[in-house]
Order: sequence, then structure tokens, then C-alpha cells
Amino acid sequence: MSSLNVKIQDVFNEPACERNRSKASNVRNKGCSKPLTPGAAAGGCAFDGAKIVLQPITDVAHLVHAPLACEGNSWDNRGTASSGPTLWRTSFTTDLTEQDIVTGNSERKLFKAIRQIKEAYAPPAIFVYATCVTALIGDDIEAVCKRAEETCGLPVVPINAPGFVGSKNLGNKLAGEALLDHVIGTVEPDDAGPYDINILGEFNLSGEFWFVKPLLDRLGIRVRACIPGDARYLDIASAHRARAAMLVCSTALINLARKMEERWDIPFFEGSFYGITATSEALRQIAELLVKKGTDQEILDRTDTLIAEEEAIAWKKLEEYRPRLEGKRVLINTGGVKSWSLVHALMEIGMEIVGTSVKKSTVEDKERIRQALKDEHQMFESMAPRELYALLSEHKADIMLSGGRTQFIALKAKMPWVDINQERHRPYAGYDGMVELVRQIDLAIHNPVWSQVREPAPWEDRPATKEQLPSTRRDTDTTRVAPSKSRQARCR
Amino acid sequence: MVHIHRQTKSATVNPLKSSQPLGAALAFLGVDGAIPLFHGSQGCTSFALVLCVRHFKETIPLQTTAMDELATVLGGAAHLEEAILNLKKRANPRLIGICTTALVETRSEDFASQIANIKRVRAEELAGMEIVLANTPDFDGGLEEGWARAVAAMIQRITLPGQQAPRSKKATLIERIKGPSKQPWKRKKVAILPGWHLTVADIEQLREMVESFGLKPVIMPDVSGSLDGTVPDRWMPNTYGGTSIEDIQQLGTAVQCIAIGEHMRRPAQLLQKLTGVPYVLVQSLTGLKNVDRFVSLLSEISGVPAPAKIHRRRSQLQDALLDGHFHFAGKKIAIAAEPDQLYQFATFFTGLGAEIISAVTTTGESEILEKVPAESVHIGDLGDFEDLAGGADLLVTHSHGRQAAERLGIPLLRVGFPVFDRLGSQHKLTVLYRGTRDLIFEAANIIQANQHAPSPESIDALRKRRNAE
Repeated sequence: MSSLNVKIQDVFNEPACERNRSKASNVRNKGCSKPLTPGAAAGGCAFDGAKIVLQPITDVAHLVHAPLACEGNSWDNRGTASSGPTLWRTSFTTDLTEQDIVTGNSERKLFKAIRQIKEAYAPPAIFVYATCVTALIGDDIEAVCKRAEETCGLPVVPINAPGFVGSKNLGNKLAGEALLDHVIGTVEPDDAGPYDINILGEFNLSGEFWFVKPLLDRLGIRVRACIPGDARYLDIASAHRARAAMLVCSTALINLARKMEERWDIPFFEGSFYGITATSEALRQIAELLVKKGTDQEILDRTDTLIAEEEAIAWKKLEEYRPRLEGKRVLINTGGVKSWSLVHALMEIGMEIVGTSVKKSTVEDKERIRQALKDEHQMFESMAPRELYALLSEHKADIMLSGGRTQFIALKAKMPWVDINQERHRPYAGYDGMVELVRQIDLAIHNPVWSQVREPAPWEDRPATKEQLPSTRRDTDTTRVAPSKSRQARCR
Repeated sequence: MVHIHRQTKSATVNPLKSSQPLGAALAFLGVDGAIPLFHGSQGCTSFALVLCVRHFKETIPLQTTAMDELATVLGGAAHLEEAILNLKKRANPRLIGICTTALVETRSEDFASQIANIKRVRAEELAGMEIVLANTPDFDGGLEEGWARAVAAMIQRITLPGQQAPRSKKATLIERIKGPSKQPWKRKKVAILPGWHLTVADIEQLREMVESFGLKPVIMPDVSGSLDGTVPDRWMPNTYGGTSIEDIQQLGTAVQCIAIGEHMRRPAQLLQKLTGVPYVLVQSLTGLKNVDRFVSLLSEISGVPAPAKIHRRRSQLQDALLDGHFHFAGKKIAIAAEPDQLYQFATFFTGLGAEIISAVTTTGESEILEKVPAESVHIGDLGDFEDLAGGADLLVTHSHGRQAAERLGIPLLRVGFPVFDRLGSQHKLTVLYRGTRDLIFEAANIIQANQHAPSPESIDALRKRRNAE
């Protein structure tokens, strides 16, 4: 078995994963991703997943060893934010041609590419991504990286997650493994302190972690490494000296969190910064873990005080939206632990949850959602586009919160929509983030466009007669002509 | 003579190119009831899909054969078959357009015979659906090549051969079925093969102009029917609108084919070879003289003089040229685009008195590169573009040029694909009299908006001379 296959088996066997523990051992080895159905598959590949996890490391040069498409079709497409370096947004690829592949020139080209980047940009490290074609033709990127590291004198990290080995989620985990194998623990910090923590699986989308970081600052807690959001190479290389860790996106990096606990005795908990209670809970758990590791008890009181203050402010702000949002029906269609804390906060201001997906939620989360919703049918694993469209176009909800993948299902059904997934352009983490989300929901639901786009053209309803003057009255008993029909007529 | 510089470096920095299968997918998306199917790992599709959605702001039907490790080792025929059957069952499209990717092309299986086999074994289940194969590995070509290959593949597969006058037996048969009354408009029928770089608005404008001569245009592919951003009243799993399969079958009954862009020469030649329909290649539809030639051509084909509204539009363009040329004369323009689009915009700007100080393109195969009005053309990426564009007054490329524009402090005119950080790119007109007029306004406005107020330092001739010494 190749080393990559060993790695994949190891990742699939994750003991810290709640879902995984409940499976029989033979099922467990198949991993958590369902087999892909040709002609009915959606979502990214393992390479995509690896890149998502690593690319937000801002000062690293990310070099994709592949023909054009892997990088050319996907670069600069994520909304994570950097507080300084911008090199991560520069795209590097070996852009293999037929010539390179046929003549066996690809490894040499990769080596030269590494040297070219080192000379032109002098980054603290270069990450090299294997892809389907380069894995298929048998390029040994590990060996090339090793040799380049020796000649160029900087860390050159192989990321071995070619697309065909599996899903995006698998790629996330393989990226975590690469950090464990090649990066974390390679640099000793000279400033390690008792209040150092790591945040794992936080992507700093639209800079939203900057809603949370000031809270930690006020508590005197230092983020040693946030992986990967706004991270720099040296932060991650010295992340093994943190005292405790919080795991934010558990499905992506649970293996990283567990192995860091094993190797460097960094305890972790799974938490979320989405929602008021979730944020408070996360802050409290961080403080508790630090105390367990020997930090002064008084941090617990300080944390409680901060939570009380911040919660009061946030709830007061949210209360202002109650008159406008009370009774509005929300459909949530996204995975992850964020479902529960979102559900909680929205219900708190009087919104009604008509459905929520629980695709990536833990057993515990599902139970909490079940109790809150009182109707199990409101929970669903995933929904086919056609079903979702039907549900929305029958106005069984007032708004959908989801990711970009289902954006146009909502919009074509003329349904207000707010992006709560990774492509979004607004920060929603922490107390202020939740207020921002509710503000966006309010703006979406009450936008004047809905009354414009939902009404058919007044002239479509009735036959044209010369005498009739324009009027706003609508006839309801006539059928409306489908716009697509008139269009088809034109196309013929 | 244009000097063409080949790419010599090993790491591509900020790619200019989008991949070849993506170009093919765009072409299939211009056909009614179609679903493009990428034969590769699911990431190939996912990346292309996300990019298309960001550009068009639409749901894009694009599927994958989801090749996994096992299939990559053993061969992908089973995945191809399963994908085709699944799509037929779930969406019942009129056409599945298969775009091969680098992954499967590196394995290099005989896809054509695999498909033939699937069609034979599954004849009953797949009845009424066309399957077209475009070989489009990512390690070769770009959008242009992918688009052209898909169009050629559709003509090869779907168009009924041998129908042009003098009428063959087959054509007579079709006339009998359709009735003799159909014959007169066929003399007026013009097949138009647009390049990928024409927007939805361009196609709409093109159709309107051709129709104004009493001609009947059949445009293939026709993104104006399928990617024009409308709100249908039900959920559509495949494209709606676009060229119909029947129209593609009947392309041979046109009196004339007009191909737009050098990359459409091969599809046009193929159509001529199969059906005898003669073609004219129009290299650009932007700029007064180019449009004049096109209008003359339409007038010649139809035997009808240009209608009054076309006179009016030409006159508007003349006026825009007069008003606009002040803003362009002596300006330095840097363009990065696929070959035909590079030619289109380079000639547009030089036609207004500007100078092309750097021209970067994706591939070196196109013959149009020889005609680009610049000293040299670099085959390269946006990294090269950034190095070469210093001192320009205006950058012209797609949205990925935004980083270069920011670093160089030079304004950017967004054209081509992808344009993901501006709305309405598909409704931007870039061809014919009106499109040229609009482009003059847009580019001139960007230049005007970035003018610096004169200062003693910027004017003082003596100081400048001193500094130069």
C-alpha cells in the first residue's frame, strides 16, 4: 500500500469523530464521504479540500503541480481575509502542457518552478500540491520538495491530496496531516506563554474572526495560531507550544486537533462562534481549558463578566429586530455545528424555523435541534434542487439561509436569501457577527424588490383593449403566460 | 511584423487562461436542453462550475463522471456510462456534451468507441438524446480551442450532411416533409458560428441586425437564449433556450455560413466540407470598418440595402468616434486576452489612436496573432502582464487582472471570462456599431475617471528636462 493510502486509511479511522465512533469498524474504513455517483455528484475533490484548508496561510507561496484547470479555474476565489501578507492570493501553477507530460519533464519543471518562486518572492515557505495528473504519471513530489528544500534553503512542503482520492472533506484532513508531518513543531517560539491558544478550522471569512479576537485580547488570551484564517507560516510552525485549542470546523480538522493533543498535550474542545450562546460557550470553554492547564483561576470570572456584558449588548441590539422579524419563517440549508446556534438565536428573537439541514451536525446537535423544533420532519439531511425549489416557490418560508450552491434556487423561486457559507461577503462570527446576520436577514426580507419581481406584468393578465387605461388592479382569474414560452417562441 | 514571445518560465504566475473543457462546456451551454458533462474527477467540474456561477450569476447545469482512484487506474468507461444514464434518467436532456479533462486524456482511452458502445447497448434508454464528444484536455489550448472543438464536434455529430443547393436527394426529402412553402426562407437562411467571446448582448444584437436584412439567422451556439439571466417559472435541470437540436441538424440548408473569430474557422470549414455551405470568416465585429464590411456582406447575401436604423446606428458610432478620440489618442493600452479577443480589442483601441504597449495571450497557435497591431505578443500569464503593463493608461483583461491593476495603480476595463466582480458582463455589448459605440464610452469614461488634475510639477517642462538629465 502506498504511503498516501496508509494516510487515507489513518484519516478515515479518526477516533475523535463522533460520527465515526458509532460505525462498525469495516464501515469506518470506507471513510465518511459517500461514494460519488457519476452524473449526480456535486462538490469538490480532495485537492480542492486541501487547498481550502491551506491557502488562507497568507505568506506562503502555494504552487499547484498540475495542468491548467486545477489552479487556473479556481484561484483567488475565497473570501478569507489577511491582516498583512498578500502572497497567498498570487497564483502559482506548473501549468503542465502535453509536451511536459509526454516527455517526462514535469518533475524538472516543478523543481525549476520552486526555484523561480524562491528567487522572485522569497516566501517563508512554499507548499506544493499534487493533483490527479501528476499523481497518475507518478511524479514523486515528496522527493522533489525534499531536494528543492535542500537547494533553496526554505521549507518546501508537499501536499499529497490528488483530486481522485476522494472528497473535499478527505482533502481537508490530508491537509491537516501535511501540517502535522512537515510544519507544526518545526520552529520553537521564544515567547510562549500561559495564555496561548490555537484556533483550528477558523477561516477568517470576510475577516469575521476579527469580531472574536478583540474579545480574546480583552481576556488576555493570545491566539498563537489560527489555522488557517489569517495565519502566517511561523505561527503554524510554532503552534505546538499553545496550551489549549478550540476546534471550530470539526469535520475539516478533527484529526489535526486530536493528534496535536496526543503529540504535544494540547487539549481541545469543539465549539462555534456562530450565535450568541455558542460564542459565550466557546469563550468559557477556552478559559476552562486554560485553567485545567494551570492558568490562574481568575480568568474564569473575567470571562463570565465579559460574556455577561457582551451578551447584554448583543441581545439588546437583536431585540430591535423583533418587531420586524417575529413570526418570519426561516429555512436553513447548511451543514455544520452552526445550524444549532443559529437556530437558537433566531428563535430567541421570535423567528420560526421551518426546516434545517443537519448534514454535518453531530448527534448532540441534532438532539438539541430536535427538541427546539418539536417536529422531526423539519430536519433533513439534504434536499434535491427540484424539491427545494418547489418548497420555496410555494412560499413555505420567508427566507432561506444557505450557501452559494443553492443561491439561485432561492433567487429563481423569488425567495429572499442570505449567504451563510464560505463564499459570503459578510462577517457573522461572534456577538457582533450575529447582530450583523440578523440585520442582513431583515434587509433581505424587507427589500422592496420582492413585491416587484413576484407580480406578473399587469399587461400579461388581460387581452389588450384600446379603451383600457393603465390601472394597478389585477385580475386573478386569468392564467398567466409563462415567460419561458414566449421566449422559446422567439428562439425558434 | 508581430514578434511572438513563447513562454519560457516554469511557474505560471496568476493564470490568464481558463481551461479547454470549460470553453467546450460554454459552447454546449448555448444549446437548448443540453448538459455538459466533464469526464474527470469531480473537482474538475466543481471548479469550472463555481467559476461559471460567479461569472453568469446563474445556476449552470454541469455534471461530472466523478472519476475516483480505482477508475483512474482501471479505466473510466463504466463511470462514463453511469453518468450518461443517470443524467438521462434525472434530467432527460436533449444533448449531453462530453468534455474530456486532462485526467482521462492522460490515460488516453478510446472515448469515441466507448460512447458508441454505450449508445448501442443502451439504445432504448438513451433514445431521443444526442451524445457529443469533445476531446478537450486541460494541458492543451484554452477557452477558444475548447469552444471551437465543441462546436465542431456538434456539427460532426448532429448536422445532417450534404444538404446545400444544388439540392441533394436527402434535402429534397426534407423539403417534402416540411412542405415546399419552407423553401423560400431557406434561401434567406444564414448559419452563424460565433466565437466564445461574444456576450449574450452581442448575440442578441447580431440576430437583430441579420434579421433586419430579411435574413433568417441560425446562431450556433446561442448563449443569448440560455445564459441571458431570466426567471423561468419552474426548476430547470438543463439549459433552456439556445440553439435547438433541429436547427443544428439543418445547418446545411443555409445559403451562407458566417464564422466570427479566427478560432471558428475550423468548425466553419467542417460545415462546408459536410454540407457544402460556403463560409465567410469575420475576424472582428468591433470597430467601424469591420462592421461596415459585415453590413456589406449581409446586404450582398440578402440583396437588400441596409435599413434606415442601421444608417442611424452607424452615424451614432461616427459621432462617438469623433467625441471619443480625444480620450484615446496617444494613450497606452495593455491587453491580456485569448487570441481573437486580443485582436478585437487591440484593433479597437488602435482604431482610436491609442497604442498597444503590451499584448499577452494564452496560446500561440492562432493565426490571428500575426495581425495584432502591437510590436510583440507574449504567450503568458497575468504575472507577465503585470511586468509588461507598467506605464499603461488602461489595462484590459478579465477580473483576475484586478490584483495587477491594484498593484500598478492603473484602471482596469474588464472583458472576457471570468468577470466575477462586476454585474452584467453578459449584457455588455462589444460588437457592431452599437457595441463599438458603447465600448468607446465605457473605456473613455474609465480613462476620464482616472485623470490626475494638472499640478505645477506635472506640467513644468524645465523641471522635467532637468530630471531627465
